[in-house]
Amino acid sequence: MEERFWPFYVASNGDGEHMKDLSFSLRDLICGVLFIFIGLFFAIQAYGLEVGTALRMGPGYFPFVLAGVLILLGIIVVIQGTQLQHEPMGPIAWRGMLFILPAPILFGLTVRGLGFVPSLFLTGLVAAFASTKMRPGTALLLVGGLTLFSVIVFSYALGLPFRRFGPWLGQ
Amino acid sequence: MDLLNNLELGFATAASPYNLLFCFTGVILGTLIGVLPGIGATATIAMLLPITFQLEPVSSLIMLAGIYYGAQYGGSTTAILINMPGESSSAVTAIDGYQMARKGRAGAALAIAAIGSFFAGTVSTILVAVFAPPLTAVALRFGSPEYFSLMIVGLVSSVALAHGSVVKALGMVVLGLLLGLVGTDIYTGTPRFNLGILELSDGLNFVALAVGVFGIAEILRNLENEHDRDVMIKKVTNLLPTRQDWKEMTAPILRGTVIGSALGILPGGGAILASFASYTVEKRISNTPGEFGKGAVAGVAGPESANNAGAQTSFIPMLTLGIPANPVMALMIGAMIIQGIVPGPNVATEQPALFWGIIASMWIGNLMLILLNLPLIGLWVKLLTIPYYMLFPAIIAFCSIGVYSVNSNVFDLYAVAFFGLIGYGLAKLRCEPAPLLLGFVLGPLLEEHLRRAMIMSRGDPMTFLNRPISLGLLLLAAAVLVVVLLPSIRKKRDEVFVED
Repeated sequence: MEERFWPFYVASNGDGEHMKDLSFSLRDLICGVLFIFIGLFFAIQAYGLEVGTALRMGPGYFPFVLAGVLILLGIIVVIQGTQLQHEPMGPIAWRGMLFILPAPILFGLTVRGLGFVPSLFLTGLVAAFASTKMRPGTALLLVGGLTLFSVIVFSYALGLPFRRFGPWLGQ
Repeated sequence: MDLLNNLELGFATAASPYNLLFCFTGVILGTLIGVLPGIGATATIAMLLPITFQLEPVSSLIMLAGIYYGAQYGGSTTAILINMPGESSSAVTAIDGYQMARKGRAGAALAIAAIGSFFAGTVSTILVAVFAPPLTAVALRFGSPEYFSLMIVGLVSSVALAHGSVVKALGMVVLGLLLGLVGTDIYTGTPRFNLGILELSDGLNFVALAVGVFGIAEILRNLENEHDRDVMIKKVTNLLPTRQDWKEMTAPILRGTVIGSALGILPGGGAILASFASYTVEKRISNTPGEFGKGAVAGVAGPESANNAGAQTSFIPMLTLGIPANPVMALMIGAMIIQGIVPGPNVATEQPALFWGIIASMWIGNLMLILLNLPLIGLWVKLLTIPYYMLFPAIIAFCSIGVYSVNSNVFDLYAVAFFGLIGYGLAKLRCEPAPLLLGFVLGPLLEEHLRRAMIMSRGDPMTFLNRPISLGLLLLAAAVLVVVLLPSIRKKRDEVFVED
């Protein structure tokens, strides 16, 4: 039933079965270890700062305590992972990550040089191919319309201070 | 009457043509994103937050609030028509709403949802107006220990209401608090955890974090397995509920409103829990529990009233104490800060027009929603036929524009990609982002009040226990934590979240 309600709990089809044979939940192991590592990172960093006393807390005091709590929670998650029933991880959106995550980075790299209009067009185009269903022609039309809409709304109507075409284009 | 004067000021503010326009824009936008599954109110508000710079503070907050409760209305449309929650708070509506639609009663189900929402919205607006001022008066006497304890209550409740493992949710809170501390220590000016990156010395950008963890991560989750949405109902007719419907829906709407209002006020509460709680109650007290899951009117009317009431009353802690009850309220606080308003009890006295304007706009917005939504239902149905792959490029583009326009800083865009990845990873690990965001917002405040309280008490931690309000709040937090950790209750809690 969970899948229906919570967008987090996406389909659990596929290679779920043999996961149950493992004596620990891979998901919880990763999660717990992640907590422990992040906690250690903050703890080491905080220890390098002035920790101070309870009366006069230094910049490191509160983060040091929090980092300790996070490490503790990480350990609990790992231990619990050996006891609770395990669920499969579900599919991972590799293609999505490959196209979606670089899109804002691309916008950041080009918005000053190319200017708002071409930069946004490229960003939208890259993002569009994250879906297996997108066809090139549809993508061009869609992103073209999107760029036009954004220029009218954000640049002209809302007056955000973006250069529409940048120096790389000889403007 | 003070209340009447205040409401008059509020309505005068909210009903100015300019603010009406933004209220309208907000509720339409909210309905739109509520209808569309795969983009939530949190992501939308995060995206639009920077753009509201250009507006008057009151107009921008009215619009953002409109998006939030507009999304509650829109979410139910999707739930009823395609059995998929447009918003997570309308997940339970899908159970009986969709069954009603399959029996050809989609119109009635939509009307019941809208009427329930409007009634709940009206009542909870009045509740906000009545309860906000006295709470503000109490909050004005709060010192650092009280604020610290109150924030602990908020954080603990967000853990209690998170879905899944309590320990993981606690971890998310702590991680959020730590991320909130990245930047420069306010007392000593010492740079902390910035990895030598200059852009991090002012801290992580809140908008970039919210857009990444909620917006980008949500898109990635939706791309995991793409399937077409099946809109069964192409044309919705017969909007008017029958006399029998009216009879069956009245009591659930009243109960839903009460449940929703109460749960919304709790820090960490809000619309989602309210709708689940209402459904559970309706099913339990019904004479015909067998009808639930097969298109029971009460199963639509109760939860829909509850989620709207909860959405409205969750403004109370935000407006009076400056403490966010959920991620959307955290974003509203972000919007206030961007506008140069210090959130907290002083808002009501220093900015009465803003304070009462927001409250009055909620009722106006609800009125707009019921007047607009039912006639526009055909448009929303059409919207549902747009495939998801046509939508998310626009979401990515707007996210990028929104985040970049905060500081015109390209580093923030890299942060969006980073937090998108983190957010997706955490979702795969079944860690919820909501407690993380609350922790992030409250981290610096929590540390500040902790340090200030300790200095004032000369290092005596008993200060948190010696002051009655602070003690009461900490006991409340402890009680909540104990309750969610008790095995028997934990099982119940899981059942509530997986209610069928």
